[in-house]
Amino acid sequence: MTGSLAATLVRPAMALTTLPAVGAQHAAWLLLAFPAFGAIVLLLGGKRTNAWGHLLGVAMALGAFVVGVLAFVQMLGYPASQRSRDLHLYSWIPVAHFQVSIGLLLDPLSICFVLLITGVGSLIHIYAIGYMSHDPERRRFFGYLNLFITAMLLLVLSDNYVGLYAGWEGVGLASYLLIGFWQYKPSAAVAAKKAFIANRVGDVGLSLAIMAMFATFGSVSFTGVFGAVGGASHGVTTAIGLLLLLGATGKSAQLPLQSWLLDAMEGPTPVSALIHAATMVTAGVYLIVRSAPIFNLAPDARLAVAIVGAVTLLFGAIIGCAKDDIKKALAGSTMSQIGYMMLAAGLGPIGYALAIAHLLAHGFFKAGLFLGAGSIKHSMNDEVDMRRFGGLATVMKITFVTFGFAYLAIIGIPPFSGFFTKDPIIDAAYSRGGVSGALLGTAALLGAGITAFYMTRIMLMTFTGKRRWEDAAHPHEVGPVMTSPMIILAIGSLGAGGFLMISNRLINFLAPVVGTPPLSHGFFTPLSFLSLALVVVGGALAWAMYGRREVPVTAPHGNPITVAARKDLYGDAFNESVLMRPGQWLARLSVFFDNRGVDGLVNTLAATLGGTSGRMRKVQTGFVRSYALSMLVGAVLLIGALLLVRL
Amino acid sequence: MTGSFAALAPVIPTPHIEYGQLSPMLLVFGAAIVGVLVEAFAPRSLRRSLHLALTLGSLAGAFVLTIVIATSSTLFAGGSAGHIAAMGAVAVDRPTLFIQGTILVLAFISVLLIAESSHDVSAFAAQAAAVPGSPEEREGLLAGISHTEVYPLTLFAIGGMLLFPASNDLLTMFVALEVLSLPLYLLSGLARRRRLLSQEAAMKYFLLGAFSSAFFLFGIAMLYGFSGSVKLGAIAAAASGNTASSVLLYAGIALIGVGLLFKIGAVPFQSWKPDVYQGSPTPVTALMASCTLVSAFGALLRVFYVAFGQLTWDWRPAMWAVAIVTMLGGAIIAITQTDVKRLLAYSSIAQAGYILTGVIAATTAGLSSSMFYLAAYGIATIGAFAIVTLIRDPGGEAGHLSSWAGLGKRSPLVAGTFAFFLIAFAGIPLTSGFSSKFAVFQAAAASGGLPLVIIGVISSAIIAFPYVRVIVLMFFSEPAPDGPIVVRPSAYTSLAVGVGVLATLVLGFIPEPLLRLAHDAAAQLFVR
Repeated sequence: MTGSLAATLVRPAMALTTLPAVGAQHAAWLLLAFPAFGAIVLLLGGKRTNAWGHLLGVAMALGAFVVGVLAFVQMLGYPASQRSRDLHLYSWIPVAHFQVSIGLLLDPLSICFVLLITGVGSLIHIYAIGYMSHDPERRRFFGYLNLFITAMLLLVLSDNYVGLYAGWEGVGLASYLLIGFWQYKPSAAVAAKKAFIANRVGDVGLSLAIMAMFATFGSVSFTGVFGAVGGASHGVTTAIGLLLLLGATGKSAQLPLQSWLLDAMEGPTPVSALIHAATMVTAGVYLIVRSAPIFNLAPDARLAVAIVGAVTLLFGAIIGCAKDDIKKALAGSTMSQIGYMMLAAGLGPIGYALAIAHLLAHGFFKAGLFLGAGSIKHSMNDEVDMRRFGGLATVMKITFVTFGFAYLAIIGIPPFSGFFTKDPIIDAAYSRGGVSGALLGTAALLGAGITAFYMTRIMLMTFTGKRRWEDAAHPHEVGPVMTSPMIILAIGSLGAGGFLMISNRLINFLAPVVGTPPLSHGFFTPLSFLSLALVVVGGALAWAMYGRREVPVTAPHGNPITVAARKDLYGDAFNESVLMRPGQWLARLSVFFDNRGVDGLVNTLAATLGGTSGRMRKVQTGFVRSYALSMLVGAVLLIGALLLVRL
Repeated sequence: MTGSFAALAPVIPTPHIEYGQLSPMLLVFGAAIVGVLVEAFAPRSLRRSLHLALTLGSLAGAFVLTIVIATSSTLFAGGSAGHIAAMGAVAVDRPTLFIQGTILVLAFISVLLIAESSHDVSAFAAQAAAVPGSPEEREGLLAGISHTEVYPLTLFAIGGMLLFPASNDLLTMFVALEVLSLPLYLLSGLARRRRLLSQEAAMKYFLLGAFSSAFFLFGIAMLYGFSGSVKLGAIAAAASGNTASSVLLYAGIALIGVGLLFKIGAVPFQSWKPDVYQGSPTPVTALMASCTLVSAFGALLRVFYVAFGQLTWDWRPAMWAVAIVTMLGGAIIAITQTDVKRLLAYSSIAQAGYILTGVIAATTAGLSSSMFYLAAYGIATIGAFAIVTLIRDPGGEAGHLSSWAGLGKRSPLVAGTFAFFLIAFAGIPLTSGFSSKFAVFQAAAASGGLPLVIIGVISSAIIAFPYVRVIVLMFFSEPAPDGPIVVRPSAYTSLAVGVGVLATLVLGFIPEPLLRLAHDAAAQLFVR
């Protein structure tokens, strides 16, 4: 019923038309300049800036937030059709047929992200003053955070794919630097490397998509690509869509490139909150929604997006159920929630705005959850094992209440955020109709129940029950510099969803960019009651397992699913056997052919140890002969190839 | 004017030489010969400074002359693509001048590295003829002497590099190839430390270089047999009018190709590169990795665009295959390298593959993006090798990567700079590595090379692993207790590194001026 409605009533996004930016928006370059200045001063300034470095970092983030708010207010003053404003910065490559300019695009979609990044970013900067107060490298930390804000803003503000790619790599770089911030922990170095590799695979997708756009449309700007995409063949749009999806899976930790996010929790907790929950990991969703005109013409690619989202939302939720490390449990939850967003984006015009709404709401409640987890960790001697928590509700009251708000938001209890943003996604998935719609909808519905289970489990294990603390731990409420951001985020967890969704506020706001979805049929539908019922069941199950019974300090063996989930559902084992092993094997094989196996070893050994002249001579003659042979073979092949072409 | 002189000559026509247009090369060769005299007659105490002034002065002068010629209104009057000088032997056109200018700038910076003498006296052997480990060698080392012949040798090599891409006939090109190669064979055997490795490298380079020269010469013979000329234009004319059997032509293309691909280090002719890069004194490696690469690509571009320009569809499949195995081979083998110079060598092989994708495009965009890539990569790679010279242990440079562990803690600036170069080689945006890769891949995609671009992007993703491994090693590992020391660079090395960093940044942020210059230079392709 609703499926056919959706198909007919949807007005897809028109080709992008922009007007030049004026007024406060003309100063939008300050959005990038403020945090970039902070990063440069803090990273190059050295120890001289230690005393006031963190304050500069916070000031720069706040400055960017103020500019963002001014630009937003000005945008609201324009009629809906004139809200896309372009700010040309400079021509990066202006040669003949090869035009790439660097410019900023201020439109309803990008401004949402600007406010989220600078707003939540500022709060987390403030929180980090307290969280990192004992760290001798606090100044460097703030430098990296500012660097991240710059790159993330470049990503969402660029008016072309090359600028977006620059930001994309920049946030990746900031993310590795921050994951590996505590270099003395070997696990942090390994995690940083893993994040790099997974992102690299995704980046291949994005860069190939950009190359394909250039080859097909002769342009990489949003206006140029979206203006010409209508003339492209179905195969081309599908290919570009799938490549973009590959890019998105890397950055947003979706299957099959999900494994790095769990390890990324090695970074300091404010980083987990800002980068690995609220902002950077949602860049994939931004990429899909921004590329809506391409996906509108590629239904197969869209279906792939939706399937990836649906599978990941279950995958992440199951992992979240089994982790005892509070940050890893929350990381599984992040994967799962981004899965919801990807699913929504994959539904096409009815889902784009819903994806963004859930993304914004998620930014608040997930950042709140992480900051809460951080304050617990901070006050408990860096303990993250929930089996060592328990009974914290009475000693950390503010943390308990703010965490509780975020908890109610993520599981979707009205009137908290998640209810208004998650249930419409389930609804939209079902309204797709057909088998695929039923499957996607059911996955999303089941996910809601599992979410309630693992979140309730976290709540119960952390805040209630017997105190299972280590002897050295003396949990206490953290200072106001850390609690005030948590309180603000808790208010956001309570109100953001309703504010955005009631009377379709965000949907109408985004309509000029992503198209107008059909009118929703209210929030209290039979489906939403079903979803609430599942949430209650999930919560009750968790209570039966962790609230009523005592939580053992050492984890029980558990059933096969738990065992699998603890091992990230064998994500690493899969990567190792499918990606790493053949790669290593290929590398070894090539080295063997290149050097007859031992050249590298012998040469370096000889070089390091001095070597004996006799051995060198032996090595030398042998190799020149084999090198010459390989050249001869190459020459014969080359001659053969050229002559063959002619035949 | 020129015609009347020739007509006046009675029996044997006096060869007509356009001294003005050839002046950059003549200046460099002239300075090289004066350098030999300096070596013979100047007192030892003065030699180094005299050589240095002569070398740097002649390179700077040649660069100025190149600019004067490039901006001359008469040479390019009336939309002319250029002029063929010296009785048809040397072409003077805009792409050549761009390439020569690039070589001169890169050579200037490399000579700064060669001149470095503050740490460990110098990178070069005291007496090349002394047997390694012999008393003579120790005496020379103790006396603190070092070969100053390196300066004239370098100048001869650079002169050959300038002539190589300018040669308009294959014999001149062969002579230029030998002129640039012979001094390099010698230079690569002159390392002060690890002399056996260095001499082995020189020997390998010489033998394999001679082998490839034979292919090149054989190719010339084939093409002469086919067209009756060694002039590139005449070969092109014969090829386009040809309908008969063309085994000679295609075998000739392949053999000439082998000679040129050997010099750029494309797979399967790359085997010399890691050994030679590792064994040579690092300043010489920097010279080879930058100037020789630019020069060889210049010659490759000229031969394939001028002589075989109409046969694009015939040579493209084979060159595709070479580019693909070069990009993948270089990247994959780089993963297991344990020596930093070998790693940079395999990186250079992969980079050669990326540039080949631009060459294969056979368009003005392909030419201009290849030239831009060469300039950007050349400057960055000198900077990277300059950093290698700074990390030292008692045996000389600490090449093994294990000794680079924890360098970021001991010397964050040096490690950070090296990491920056690696990031640029990996093609991360806002470095020259990204803008140049973007340019060549764009040119390749625009002329139907999308599969090449896909392989290129995959290859650059693969090669990022060894780079990031080094970065992780430098910043996330504990320093070894008896690790290498980081010497304080003198002004020479600092300048080379500084120019490299600056150029890599500027060409990443604002590639426009140089890209436009390359674009304008390539607008009319080569003169025929």
